[in-house]
Amino acid sequence: MILELQSGILRIAYKLLVNDRTKFAALLVGITFAVFLMIEMTSLFAGILMRSSATVINIGASIWVMDPSVQTVANAIPLPNYVLDEVRSLPGVKYAVPLYSGSALLKLRDGSYQAANIVGLDDTSLIGSPQMVAGNIQDIFAENAFIAIEDSEFYKLESPHIGTEFELNDHRGKIVGLARVSSSSLFGVPTLYTTYYRALQYIPNTRFTISYILVEPKTPADVAAIKERVAADGYLALTKDEFMSKISRFYMYQTGIGTNMLLMTLISFIVGLSISGQTFYTFILENIDRFGALKAIGAKSRELVSMILFQATFVALTGYGFGVGLCALLIWLARAHLPDYAAMITFLNLGLAFVMVVIIAASSSYFGVRKVLLIEPFDIFRG
Amino acid sequence: MTTAIQATSINKWFGEGEARTHAVKDVNFEANFGEMVYVVGPSGSGKTTLLSMISGILRPDSGAVTIEGADIWSLAADALAEFRLRRIGFVFQDYHLFPRLTTAENVALPLILQHRDWDEALSEARRDLEVVGLENRARLPPVKLSGGEQQRVAIARAIISRPDIMIFDEPTASLDGDTGRTIVQFVREHLLSDKRCIVIVTHDSRIYEFADRILKMEDGRVTGVERSELDAQ
Repeated sequence: MILELQSGILRIAYKLLVNDRTKFAALLVGITFAVFLMIEMTSLFAGILMRSSATVINIGASIWVMDPSVQTVANAIPLPNYVLDEVRSLPGVKYAVPLYSGSALLKLRDGSYQAANIVGLDDTSLIGSPQMVAGNIQDIFAENAFIAIEDSEFYKLESPHIGTEFELNDHRGKIVGLARVSSSSLFGVPTLYTTYYRALQYIPNTRFTISYILVEPKTPADVAAIKERVAADGYLALTKDEFMSKISRFYMYQTGIGTNMLLMTLISFIVGLSISGQTFYTFILENIDRFGALKAIGAKSRELVSMILFQATFVALTGYGFGVGLCALLIWLARAHLPDYAAMITFLNLGLAFVMVVIIAASSSYFGVRKVLLIEPFDIFRG
Repeated sequence: MTTAIQATSINKWFGEGEARTHAVKDVNFEANFGEMVYVVGPSGSGKTTLLSMISGILRPDSGAVTIEGADIWSLAADALAEFRLRRIGFVFQDYHLFPRLTTAENVALPLILQHRDWDEALSEARRDLEVVGLENRARLPPVKLSGGEQQRVAIARAIISRPDIMIFDEPTASLDGDTGRTIVQFVREHLLSDKRCIVIVTHDSRIYEFADRILKMEDGRVTGVERSELDAQ
């Protein structure tokens, strides 16, 4: 009803805004690029965080048992075998299996060396196995068998096919299948899956060998008790989400990545605020006499305020839409040409950018509204 | 004749302390329907201040202003704005037309502020542009028009609400002599009626001939002067 009553006034506001093409373009460019940069930065960060948890996501176990000092999935601290037995004996545990997660240097057919992540799945259950795209998962039990993951790093293994051979610590390895996983790793190295015991045979190990224990609770209600019992033994049991959060916190607060991304996002915000705020304020200033004339004619202050707020909101939402579109387009293009490109737009990124755009619009319109409220129609007569 | 505007003993001060000036001093003013009243005087004499107070724009520090017997300064801010919107038509010295709107949209603004339908408002605006002889300029932005044409657009905007009081602030100040006279003559012949009162602030003696009554202001005070006296000066 209010919008209907105001529709003519808002239409005037719209025309005043878009018919001033230079300022409208400047406002749009300012907000579009601010949104683009904010989303691009936060998307890159989100992509990095997701890739840092790639193994956790790809294995997909409900609970991960680890040494309390573990900070990222790549830096596992091996657990003694008796921990596995203890976890298996806990009430509420449906099953618990060992996981090997480490890295190794492969010698490829052309004689070059390539670092790779090696994931060793429990021999009896193959819990956490990837989705096969060529070959059969059962072939993982064949002699020297490895499954190569077809992700953005796959080409670094010379794009192997079934039957391709390589060397790993003087052992012969053979690709018996190709598979896909949800997320590639953060550090740009390809991934090979094999069995837990083959991983131990091929890769030199410390006294303890289990990287993580993957646990499935009987019911979700058992999770808390399992965590408590594991903690009592001096180890840490985390759900998949908790483990991912722990990894994210590490990258956010204990590396420079989070700070740098935050700074870049803030700079984008300030640039957007400066350009849009200044342009919008100039736009209001240029029309201030006419707003005063409208007041003299009989426009109420709230009507003038609604005009300014509408203009600010319209510019902000249009710029936001263009910014999101531009960012999505660029990420799509980048991914098409750069397989390692990690950016990922999430609802959180979009929400954060939206909040910042709302702040930009609110700040820009605040000064305009203030100016319009302060203008006295008498000033129009006085000239 | 019925009294349209009556101001009784109105005063206005500006500034504080030593800079405080008494801009309008105990002024009595009256304008009737069917009358075209000029307020003349040198710059700084207080005529614009008086005009603002009698049109509900600037609150007097003391005294009363009534329009058709109603005390306008007893109205709340929104009610006063609505009163101005429906009862008073303003023509500003610098026109204050929005350059990014078409001429017709500028004229339609008072009706749009009254929440009238957009198409209906524009249709009325085109009709009033016809009244001021600018029907073929409806789609142009004001910046494409001459000064005289912009003045006519401002007049069309002022009359679109069919106000019974019209206020003109220096209507000829930005126009050459002939155009100014033509505009005021047009106002006199086409807009003045028994049901409308027109008040014009000016210091352009070339248009005095069109006034019914001329009030001279000096140093914040009004001196009632007959037109013939000013013509003779």
